Amino acid sequence: MKIAILALQGAFAEHEQMLRQLGVETILIREHWEDASGLIIPGGESTAMMRIMKDEGLFEPLRQAILDGLPVLGTCAGLIMLDRNHLDVMDIKARRNAYGRQLGSFNTEEEFKGIGKVPMTFIRAPYIEEAGPEVEILARVDGKAVAARQGNMLVTAFHPELTDDTRIHKLFLSIVASANTAR
Amino acid sequence: MVEDRTTLNRQLAQMLKGGVIMDVTTPEQARIAEAAGACAVMALERIPADIRAAGGVSRMSDPKMIKGIQEAVTIPVMAKCRIGHFAEAQILEAIEIDYIDESEVLSPADDIYHIDKRKFRVPFVCGAKDLGEALRRINEGATMIRTKGEPGTGDIIQAVRHMRLMQSEIRRLVSLNDDELYEAAKQLRVPFDLVQYVHENGKLPVVNFAAGGVATPADAALMMQLGAEGVFVGSGIFKSGNPEKRAQAIVKAVTNYDNPAVLAELSEDLGEAMVGINESEIELLMAERGK
Repeated sequence: MKIAILALQGAFAEHEQMLRQLGVETILIREHWEDASGLIIPGGESTAMMRIMKDEGLFEPLRQAILDGLPVLGTCAGLIMLDRNHLDVMDIKARRNAYGRQLGSFNTEEEFKGIGKVPMTFIRAPYIEEAGPEVEILARVDGKAVAARQGNMLVTAFHPELTDDTRIHKLFLSIVASANTAR
Repeated sequence: MVEDRTTLNRQLAQMLKGGVIMDVTTPEQARIAEAAGACAVMALERIPADIRAAGGVSRMSDPKMIKGIQEAVTIPVMAKCRIGHFAEAQILEAIEIDYIDESEVLSPADDIYHIDKRKFRVPFVCGAKDLGEALRRINEGATMIRTKGEPGTGDIIQAVRHMRLMQSEIRRLVSLNDDELYEAAKQLRVPFDLVQYVHENGKLPVVNFAAGGVATPADAALMMQLGAEGVFVGSGIFKSGNPEKRAQAIVKAVTNYDNPAVLAELSEDLGEAMVGINESEIELLMAERGK
């Protein structure tokens, strides 16, 4: 299994490290990603990533691949990138900078459906303010949706790659594994 | 759960990696920077080249001006305070700045003490020209480091010198025996645990950007290849002929820093670069402020 990590801007090295720890092969993408069985869109600045993604000609191909069923994990800015106003592949609307500026960044621990309590790091984070009927909300903090799944797409408003907890990456890898068996 | 601001603040810097932070003086410039793909902006009244030209005492910018920029963009907004001027830093924290740059570009307010940055909830980035300076700033609570370079010159030589020195000192620490680390800590004038971290991990415990003198896409690529994790561009963009195009080109250069074919393409037709002053032609070395 090979997972591609969108490496345009942001914390892609952290995801790479996490996957290595789980014994998974990774490629950092700007170009050759066609043989990847899953994709991670990391945290960073979504405006910057969006701009670079378009400039690098990655927008349409990635959008199509995700629509065709390529499993994807989006964390923080990655969640924003997948929403209706960006790649428009997931039926969610993200609220950017939902917790304000850096002074609003925080750590917490909350229940994640099917996993249990997980540590969550929110850095100038978004949350999901609207979600369509096909979206399953997996975690809430103070009533706000902060993690969700729709088909092969998994998103978190927080940064699992910044903690020692590998369970969310494992969940993603299990989605990748079953998607590839189904294909 | 105990709030750990230091970790959260280091993590914000991690999100900026692979990005370009641009100096802006107006909301319009901030919007141009954001549209070009900047990962953050530095709000200041005068860019370093103009500070250099104007002379006199240079201070923190008007909070109103900074707020105007905060309202104009959704990316993080940084602002500078003078070295040691903790009251300016308190003011910047009060307006909820995302990152404070305790900067040698402004006139230092204290020639002995830097700000005790651990007392603040907002993060700080500080300049350094060698490993000792970098680790001393980290010990004081800085959660991001940048090379000092020589701001406002458009001359990359100092940033190169500082980055190379830092990297070679890091490699040296990695190669030492455990029992030699105590002496290294003494020589660097930094706490042992920081020396031990660098020895074990081969890098600083915080993100390290390049700054000071970056004027072209090639400059940005050079700094990334020398080990920078991202780039600050001060005067280089809005002192050039075509800021919008140059801003975009530098963003792309940081993403594609190891791809000469792409770099060649985006170095074309950028219009005039900032004029620039050679290191040997300037009287004031800002990098010598605050050690």
